[in-house]
Amino acid sequence: MTRLLDITDLHVALPPESQRPYAVEAMNLHLEENEILCVVGESGSGKSLTARAVMGLLPKPRVRIAQGSVLFQGEDLAQASEERLRAIRGSEISMIFQEPMTALNPVMTIGVQIDEVFRFHDRMPGKERRRRALKLLQDVQLPDPEQTLKAYPHELSGGQRQRAMIAMALALDPKILIADEPTTALDVTTQAQVLKLIKEMQASHGTGVLFITHDFGVVADIADRVCVMQNGLVVETGTTDQVLRRPSHPYTKALIGAVPDLVPRPARARSSETVLRVRHLEKTYRSGGGLFGGKERVVHAANDVTIDLARGETLGIVGESGSGKSTVARCIVRLNDAEAGEILLGDTDLRPLGRAAMRPHRARIQMVFQDPFASLNPRTRIGKIIAQGPMMYGASAEAARARTLELLDIVGLDARAYDRFPHEFSGGQRQRIGIARALALEPEILVADEPVSALDVSIQAQILKLLDEIRDRMNLSMIFITHDLRVAAQVCDRIAVMQRGQVIEVGPTAELFANPTASYTRELLSAVPGKDWFSEPAISSETP
Amino acid sequence: MRYVVKRLLQAIPIVLAIIILNFFLLQLAEGDAVDVLAGEAGSATPEYMAELRAKFGLDKPLPVQLAIYLKNVMVLDLGYSFRHEMPVSELIFDRLFATVLLMTSTILLAVGFGVLLGLVAAMGLNTWRDTAISIFALITYATPLFWVGLMLIVVFSLNLGWFPTSGMENFAMFYEGWDRVKDIAHHLVLPTITLSLFYLALYTRLMRASMLEQAGQDYVTTARAKGVTENRIMFVHVLRNALLPVVTMAGVQVGALIGGSVIVESVFAWPGLGMLAFEALFSRDLNLLLGIFFLSALLVVAVNLVVDIVYSSLDPRIEVD
Repeated sequence: MTRLLDITDLHVALPPESQRPYAVEAMNLHLEENEILCVVGESGSGKSLTARAVMGLLPKPRVRIAQGSVLFQGEDLAQASEERLRAIRGSEISMIFQEPMTALNPVMTIGVQIDEVFRFHDRMPGKERRRRALKLLQDVQLPDPEQTLKAYPHELSGGQRQRAMIAMALALDPKILIADEPTTALDVTTQAQVLKLIKEMQASHGTGVLFITHDFGVVADIADRVCVMQNGLVVETGTTDQVLRRPSHPYTKALIGAVPDLVPRPARARSSETVLRVRHLEKTYRSGGGLFGGKERVVHAANDVTIDLARGETLGIVGESGSGKSTVARCIVRLNDAEAGEILLGDTDLRPLGRAAMRPHRARIQMVFQDPFASLNPRTRIGKIIAQGPMMYGASAEAARARTLELLDIVGLDARAYDRFPHEFSGGQRQRIGIARALALEPEILVADEPVSALDVSIQAQILKLLDEIRDRMNLSMIFITHDLRVAAQVCDRIAVMQRGQVIEVGPTAELFANPTASYTRELLSAVPGKDWFSEPAISSETP
Repeated sequence: MRYVVKRLLQAIPIVLAIIILNFFLLQLAEGDAVDVLAGEAGSATPEYMAELRAKFGLDKPLPVQLAIYLKNVMVLDLGYSFRHEMPVSELIFDRLFATVLLMTSTILLAVGFGVLLGLVAAMGLNTWRDTAISIFALITYATPLFWVGLMLIVVFSLNLGWFPTSGMENFAMFYEGWDRVKDIAHHLVLPTITLSLFYLALYTRLMRASMLEQAGQDYVTTARAKGVTENRIMFVHVLRNALLPVVTMAGVQVGALIGGSVIVESVFAWPGLGMLAFEALFSRDLNLLLGIFFLSALLVVAVNLVVDIVYSSLDPRIEVD
């Protein structure tokens, strides 16, 4: 019997000046009908290019299939003509992507974009196409399909857009669905819904799904079989049970070991000294309206937010996008101005302070940003990025340099980094630089806004460990913003859950995880991918 | 419709502010119409000049002059040009047609061909077509307008005799109906090409860059993954998105066109507003100048409104409401 998809000895060649000759090397992989195969790996492992190779969507001629075969029901796609590939794409093999924001054409309606799939593969009358499109939107559980057909992508939420993408991909009942990190950009509760939807659609259509992800939690929830990739090589393939419970390759073990445990670590004693008290903080964003009226939209990003931060503790603020967690952080650091409330650092209320009055306090609260690529000036050398802060506050050039070198050492970077530019460093290293920059002013409080969400899981573990060490060593208090409850469980002493600008629950991490009082907290906890697999203590004891 | 009315209402204070600003701006220039008139006539006594000023209302304090002017503008009375001895509004409306004609044809040519050339260049990236178009754009971008105008006259009017050298129409022939239209169109060719070349180069480069940027977007991959043909991807998916920056740019530059047309109008003796403004400036015919400014402001406001409406129909993310 011919397999649905059979990849043999696949080599995807990279342009000559790249770091390695092949993005994917000697890959053997197969996919059966009615099966979900997860391809897991960190960034640069070649998992996405594998998907593109199957679709015939490699950025040719620079990246191309150099060797090997991709048999789809016995037909070699590596040798197929452009025209044949086009006929297969969208009808027999279809694909969904990571970014629902950018994967849809912003100036075309959802209806037109779904319609294209029918128009370019089948001859059928317009009425029939419309009827089918409506049915699809119903199947992916989008509210008000009639309205959605007429909607433009920006009028839908991220989750709805991804549903529309799925509808589009399943329009012609393909044999294979390739999903390239389809839930990575979504909130955790939305992710759980979309995963469920993919699984349901797969089961009812008998589709073979090639699911690409970096998240072992997602793997545990959805996969029948797993294929682990590292630097273009398949290091391990097996059933989900085998790979997750009895990983054989050291890299797989390391990856699984790096997934933060959802069981909170033991509580630490809390200092009785409170360093920061935020009282009844209010911040609203307005848009529209203006001189001549019109509808004004008001978003309450922080609504009566009250939190305390004790010396030496890490307070986690968790919530989904739009919950206001970043706004609160930015208000505390005074990057945004809150409208009302108090931000008491010691006895000083920072909120009403002007630029000049704020200056002496600026150094006391420092921030680490989410995106290690965007938050460092690409034209400034690392040494200057770090030393600039102390020098602004009056340190001599030599003292600042000495301090910078010391900090580079603390964050685990070589002293030679001093004269380099940000682009010479990887994401994890840049985040270390960001941390060193924040520490240069010897702050009492560090506000970290999603510091690890842009990083691979193994790097993430290192950065979390570093933050922990620094906090203890410098007696820092930390506010840690995250959307990832696993991460929160591992670094935070206490957690505040935010939803729509309000803090709906605060408590010590272990207590909050064990007995969440708010229903939203329970919802968040139950949506964490792979919670059933990784919450069992058996798994962690098995990995040496 | 409500949007249009709202925008027009919003335009009133803007135009008013422009009038007031222009009024004071022109007062900064030394001398007035009387100085020029007296200078040309020669041997004018101070008494005569004072008399003239009183007659023109130039002896009143500035705020009073402004108030009188504003009051007149309200009823669309733009005053009297002492230089041309005609009401300003008549003068301007005579010339308005010529200017609007030149502007419209220029914009259409520049945007139309710019988009087309940019598209061709982007689709044949790094082929001889792309290179040829890029070189063409570079050269036209760097060549001064007046020189292009003169060269076109030398080559196409004097040597080849294909087009007339100057003017908007051949009055001596007394054309009527379609013959007149043809005659004007014939006269229009060289000024339009001259004035549009620079913008054409600009839009070509913008369009090329915009196409290339859009072609790398995720939604293009999505369209490919759906099995949509390359032609449809280029001409429907990418083109519409790539047009947006060009339209924005064109909208901004319509205002600049009125100013830029002075050179072309003088080279081709095109009877447009630019020429009129130029003359008015030198004869200190402030009434006329203010009138032209006022009309230009109206024109720019109207064009901006049109561009915004066009833009919102191209890009659904922009709401007109």
